[in-house]
Amino acid sequence: MPTPNVLILRAPGTNCDGETAFAFQRAGARTETLHVNRLLENPRLFERFQILCVPGGFSYGDDVAAGRILGNQIQHHLDQALAEFKEAGKLMLGICNGFQVLLKSPVLLPPDPARGPRATLTLNDSGRYEDRWVRLKVQSDRCVFLQGIDRMYLPVAHAEGKFVARDEQVLEELIGTGQTVLRYIPQDERSEGSCSFPDNPNGSTADVAGICDVTGRVFGLMPHPERHIDPTQHPRWTRGEAGSVGDGLQIFVNAVKYFY
Amino acid sequence: MLWEVDIHPAPGQPDLAARQVAAAAAELGITNNLSIASARGFLLQGELDHSQVDRLAAELLADLVVERTVTAPAGDPRLLESKVEAASCRISEGKRQDAASTVIHVLPKPGVMDPVASSAQAAIADFGMQADAVRTLKKYWIEPLPQENFGLLCSKILANDAIEQVVVGPLPFSQLEVGAPYQFRLVTVPIRAMDDAALLKLSREGQLFLSLDEMQTIRGRFQQLGRDPTDVELETLAQTWSEHCSHKTLAGRIRYRDENGERRFENMLRETIFAATQKIREELGENDWCVSVFSDNAGVIRFDDQYNVVFKVETHNHPSALEPYGGANTGIGGVIRDPLGTGMGAKPICNTDVFCFAPPETPPESLPPGVLHPKRVMKGVVAGVRDYGNRMGIPTINGALYFDPRYLGNPLVYCGNVGLIPRDKSFKHPQPGDYVVALGGRTGRDGIHGATFSSAELTSQSETLSGGAVQIGNAITEKMLLDVLLTARDRGLYNAVTDCGAGGFSSAVGEMGEKIGAEVWLDRVPLKYEGLSYTEIWISEAQERMTLSVPPEKWPELSALAASEGVEATVIGQFVPTGRLLLKYNDHQVADLPMDFLHDGRPPVVREAVYEQGSGFGVQGSESGTPHSAFSIPHSDYTETLLKILGSLNVCSKEWVIRQYDHEVQGGSVLKPLVGIANDGPGDAAVLRPVLSSRRGIVISCGMNPRYGDFDTYWMAASAIDEAVRNAVAVGADPRRLALLDNFCWGTTDRPETLGSLVRAALACHDVAVAWGTPFISGKDSLNNEFRPQGADQPISIPPSLLISALGQIDDVSHCISMDFKQPGNLIYLVGQTHNELGGSHFNLVENLTGGQVPKVNLQQAKKIFISLHKAIHAGLVRSCHDLSEGGLAVATAEMAFAGGYGAKIDLRQLSPLPSGEGQGEGCNDVFLLFSESNTRFLCEVTPENAAAFEAAFAGLPLARIGEITEDSLLQIAAESPLIHADLAGMKEAWQKPLRW
Repeated sequence: MPTPNVLILRAPGTNCDGETAFAFQRAGARTETLHVNRLLENPRLFERFQILCVPGGFSYGDDVAAGRILGNQIQHHLDQALAEFKEAGKLMLGICNGFQVLLKSPVLLPPDPARGPRATLTLNDSGRYEDRWVRLKVQSDRCVFLQGIDRMYLPVAHAEGKFVARDEQVLEELIGTGQTVLRYIPQDERSEGSCSFPDNPNGSTADVAGICDVTGRVFGLMPHPERHIDPTQHPRWTRGEAGSVGDGLQIFVNAVKYFY
Repeated sequence: MLWEVDIHPAPGQPDLAARQVAAAAAELGITNNLSIASARGFLLQGELDHSQVDRLAAELLADLVVERTVTAPAGDPRLLESKVEAASCRISEGKRQDAASTVIHVLPKPGVMDPVASSAQAAIADFGMQADAVRTLKKYWIEPLPQENFGLLCSKILANDAIEQVVVGPLPFSQLEVGAPYQFRLVTVPIRAMDDAALLKLSREGQLFLSLDEMQTIRGRFQQLGRDPTDVELETLAQTWSEHCSHKTLAGRIRYRDENGERRFENMLRETIFAATQKIREELGENDWCVSVFSDNAGVIRFDDQYNVVFKVETHNHPSALEPYGGANTGIGGVIRDPLGTGMGAKPICNTDVFCFAPPETPPESLPPGVLHPKRVMKGVVAGVRDYGNRMGIPTINGALYFDPRYLGNPLVYCGNVGLIPRDKSFKHPQPGDYVVALGGRTGRDGIHGATFSSAELTSQSETLSGGAVQIGNAITEKMLLDVLLTARDRGLYNAVTDCGAGGFSSAVGEMGEKIGAEVWLDRVPLKYEGLSYTEIWISEAQERMTLSVPPEKWPELSALAASEGVEATVIGQFVPTGRLLLKYNDHQVADLPMDFLHDGRPPVVREAVYEQGSGFGVQGSESGTPHSAFSIPHSDYTETLLKILGSLNVCSKEWVIRQYDHEVQGGSVLKPLVGIANDGPGDAAVLRPVLSSRRGIVISCGMNPRYGDFDTYWMAASAIDEAVRNAVAVGADPRRLALLDNFCWGTTDRPETLGSLVRAALACHDVAVAWGTPFISGKDSLNNEFRPQGADQPISIPPSLLISALGQIDDVSHCISMDFKQPGNLIYLVGQTHNELGGSHFNLVENLTGGQVPKVNLQQAKKIFISLHKAIHAGLVRSCHDLSEGGLAVATAEMAFAGGYGAKIDLRQLSPLPSGEGQGEGCNDVFLLFSESNTRFLCEVTPENAAAFEAAFAGLPLARIGEITEDSLLQIAAESPLIHADLAGMKEAWQKPLRW
């Protein structure tokens, strides 16, 4: 299966579908962008694909809470289809709003039957939407998408990206299993310790920028890898700081390589 | 049954909304230690039981990881009390709340858009439950305040009366209004029998805002017809003839006098700005790259073999004065629909936003009644643009902020959008027999009279008079519309499209059917709620709607496509070759107007315009012709002056605004608005690649300087164009492929001297455009930007405010450069001639000086400089480049230094002296060289190896090597003696501090 098919899932308000599809194509995948209504009509459409990506944007306007309405639709109508997708050894990626959607549906962190959701993404400590670049470090080798990556420089652009676990115990579990796989680190090259605003742009607990499920095949992150695949997307490329390709491309390449 | 769900921050979680209110209360001087707690909530009406409501609260409405909920029937005492105890724990740093705290509810007024409620209602259906109506609310518990302060808190911070209602204490209703059915009644207006006084009264009280001449013409027409008009006929005429829609003043007859004598215009815009474009296109001949100018909703130019680009900038000033969030929200939403409604529809690829406000430190107690505080206006406007632009997924990549006390009652909000369109989709052709199809949002009472309202002066009563003109947008409705429209375009499902902007269906159908004729069935228009009259349906300016001209055989496919994405499409009429506009409501005919009377029947407006040099032109602060008051005692050190200019509002960092806009979505970002070693220096222009598989880029920049208008609007306009062009050229744009847009915001042009100042600016636009071969492709004007405080005789007029936007192109973005210093040891060159031009300068502003010479433009030399610089940049000879604008050489050097993280050593003795006769005595030359704002100047960083080639590129043009970049963190500028000695951190702090909110 040399060329995996990627489903870019679109909903009202999704707006990073074009560049996300482009990034997957650059990485060697075939992509198809489908409206969530098509999948609600016919969940068997998932079977055609090896990778599901929920891209960034404002699904349903972020009305009520970011990712909530699409997350609920998945939970109510597509839960079974996605469970089968996951069991078939396929990959799922949620970027920014897509991460919010995956976290607000049971796909990424199945809720505790008794106590409900285990974690959430909520309003930034700054109280507002911000677009800025952050340094990131990969914390474990659990996640398929992050194989071979140590650090990345990517932009974030969100208002609700603060990762909060329900309690200490949940957080410790997630760290213990290596699921808090991507972390914000200080801009200062020499430092790898914990960081504060703006290096941690939203106040996330334990500087968490992205998490994966226990299999490492479902991954959600707040930063936008698709916005750094070309050197001229780097904010300081005119200073000669960009590489020959952007740091984000490897995430898409890893997804494609997984099916080699 | 009406349920209320209150959602509170969970214990230990921050109450961000309460914090923001407390901070705003302190800022406005209401109270410094407000104890407040907040909640958000939903009112749900329907056959729901408590357990269902609890489930919705837990699984849909609240996030239980960080929030807790209270659910109860509306009016239940638990909803009032439950907060107090929790709040008193949470606000531990403040005073403890006592049990007597007051509960305040803030709800959108009935009929005001509530997008979150609409989404919640749809999502509830997803749970298999049904809510008949949903409304959101905000809720606050505050400690007792003196009555006056309490009133201020409610009216200035918690709610805006234009769109929201405040309920103190328990909610006084047990069900939500959902509208009452409409009973048809045909209304005619007995205009034939009216005398002039009655006509004027009708025009004013009916918010038609037509002149007596126009009212008489309408009366005459209906006397001929032997009947009285219906209300909707009168409204249609008023909207079509409004200043907003017809530009009757500037496109009208004007008799203009200035120092060169008298000139008569039949159509002023056509004979100045359009004429310039015409000349340029003729000169370009076969190489003409303009495609469609001044005809469609946006200007269209060639981009590459496959695509054209389109650009439009609009203003939304009056609505933003009354409700900054909603005004700016719908301002950006509206201008996005312009490219979308250009040709067969362009894909929006970036936004630009320029705002003018009064200074944010204006004392609250000095505000006239009816005026919102400028800081609140600014925060609201920025949030409105942010929430709409970000949700649409369109990067906001360029903008500017200008501050002047004269914008107090009349802030300016310019919103622009660029679109990308396939070359073969750039024109539209509605056909007789096509259906008139409404696509997108539903129609409500929103924005009734927006088009005519924008033609009126604002008064302190405007808030109550024109509340209906204020709207809230719903970006997701527009995004869904965009997705469907572009798919339908590519499948060829319609013949024409236009947006429903000012004037709603009236203007959209009127424009598209102008050459054909149309019949519209108003009863078929989908409504947000019952009760709208046929007239309200016709003139509503509800957002997020487009009108399409659809061949009947394509309708089934279009209808199915729209339905598949959850977008409403409805046939509401047909284009019929009658040359008439026929409106029906069920079986009743409610309007029958000939298209030619509608579009060509308006009596020409004839206006007087005069410009007298030296006497000013009726705006406050006019300084024209006065001698410069500067130099009795020249300073010996100008470091303090530099820091003051860096910290002035127009120059200082706008990072607080910029970061709230997504400037990278769509993935084409090449040069961001903030650049440099710490991603926070002020870039000259933004660059993006609209086609991800291509290296070709577009460049967006702007220029504006209202301060120069106090001297001479001719040179103000020339300077604004120079600034827009040099910003674009500085990053690498090709000056031979630059298109311009004009946006005139002026005071009341009934005064000959105010109109004269505008005509003079338009003459400059003509002259500069022709000299440089930079065509204007679109424009817009907003007149009557004046505010009359209660009881005042004289209105406050804004300064003449001409925004020039530039759309440039670059064949390979890898040639772009940014403005931050790159490498110690590199040489610094000044390109261009410095003159004694401190009139309207920021040096004058911070030193409290007046007079002087306003910057002029040497058109022939400027053109050569732009082309030479472009060639040098394209050849890779320039490492960084920054244009000189407010604050001149000193500020530009400082910005390049702290953006790049390197110092610089500059010797002004290397500069060619001022042209003879411009000097003003010993020591003054230093001031001119440092702070003069002469146009067409750039600072360039060049490596020593490239110095000779760079100098050769400017042979015969003014060029000076003035210094070099240093490893240290000091900016040192000297002439005979040291003049400026400043460290990077101090300069950056001065520059970042003022708007770091």
